[in-house]
Amino acid sequence: MITEKEQLVSFVLHLADDSLVLGHRNSEWTGHGPILEQDIAISNIALDLIGQARNFYQYAAALKADGATEDTLAYLRDAMDYKNALIAELNKGDWAVTTLRQFFFSTSKFYLYQQLQNNSDTTLAAIAEKSLKEVTYHLRWSAEWVIRLGDGTDESNARVKTALEYLWPYTGELITPASYEQAQPGIDFAALKKNWTNHVLQVLEQALLTPPVNDWMQSGGKQGIHTEHLGYLLAEMQYLQRSYPGCEW
Amino acid sequence: MIAENTIETTKIWSLLQEVSDPEIPVLSVVDLGIIRNVTATDDEVKIIITPTYSGCPAITRIEWDLRIKLAENGYKNVSIVSRLSPVWTTDWMSEQGKQKLKAYGIAPPNDTQSVCSPDLFVMDEAVQCPLCNSYNTKLVSRFGSTACKAFYQCKDCSEPFDYFKCH
Ligand SMILES: [Zn+2]
Repeated sequence: MITEKEQLVSFVLHLADDSLVLGHRNSEWTGHGPILEQDIAISNIALDLIGQARNFYQYAAALKADGATEDTLAYLRDAMDYKNALIAELNKGDWAVTTLRQFFFSTSKFYLYQQLQNNSDTTLAAIAEKSLKEVTYHLRWSAEWVIRLGDGTDESNARVKTALEYLWPYTGELITPASYEQAQPGIDFAALKKNWTNHVLQVLEQALLTPPVNDWMQSGGKQGIHTEHLGYLLAEMQYLQRSYPGCEW
Repeated sequence: MIAENTIETTKIWSLLQEVSDPEIPVLSVVDLGIIRNVTATDDEVKIIITPTYSGCPAITRIEWDLRIKLAENGYKNVSIVSRLSPVWTTDWMSEQGKQKLKAYGIAPPNDTQSVCSPDLFVMDEAVQCPLCNSYNTKLVSRFGSTACKAFYQCKDCSEPFDYFKCH
């Protein structure tokens, strides 16, 4: 029997892992962006996501109350304990993959946090309210890039089309709640799915893009079953704390 | 129940006025509006701060600077609590802070909040050039040198400048 509190811890860890993993992926662009302003933009988005992850990890640690801290949760859990959606862990790819993924991801967070900011759990509501302002920027920025690339040059259109074929099967997980999500009171997942779908289709249309007809979807990330990409990411991110436990500087 | 010492509380607010934002040294943490509450009793000081952005790297440094400033002035027992809600907004920035920003070459945040909508390609509200006061300016990048700023350029005097964006 899984208790209500365990469900809540899983939910909060899922939110934290989503943000940390995508934040880490986006940070790989720092110093490698296509132009300086966009390098700064994607780095700032990475920073926002890691900040949001910290808030969720701190809350998860407080709920667990077993000596866990935000650092042990981020640095000392294995891939199978991570509950992020698969789309967050995929390699950063080219600029089209990065911005399109950000768009899918931010759209789902935008509608989720909009609901969560009124949740009866006041800690979650506060983190959601804070995050929503940041996600609103991310959503605008990424949607504008998807349209700019789709409705741009032949090459940018071809690249974002390829990115769409690649990423689409990973979008199902963003709008299909895991059992620990469904267990949370006050979240209307059907509305979330509807809002996500409407907004995504509207932006894709403006970008002259059509989603693939094949609607088979990947899943598993939220349950701890990950792609090979996550292992490499964690190996890099956790190296220091694994090699020198408790290291501080 | 230990009574609040309002004289101490007032003294502490003026000390905090001397602690600057590490990223925009011309602004104090009080001008920035992140100090939400100060309560002093005879032997304890409690400060509530609200971070500007979730990932703001300056917040840890600010906590240290607050502790150092208070310790230098004899306040040893200080607790600092970070509170997320209500969420920090640029409306909390003091008028004095906005003037200081402008003099420093950063356009202060406007009162309207149109940039906080998810609508695409909308025109941001007119941002005034801090150098020549022209409103004929253009957004270069929504993300500037730090998360809280956007990058603009003046079309009249060509000055590139940071705009402390609405949030
Ligand atoms: Zn000017």
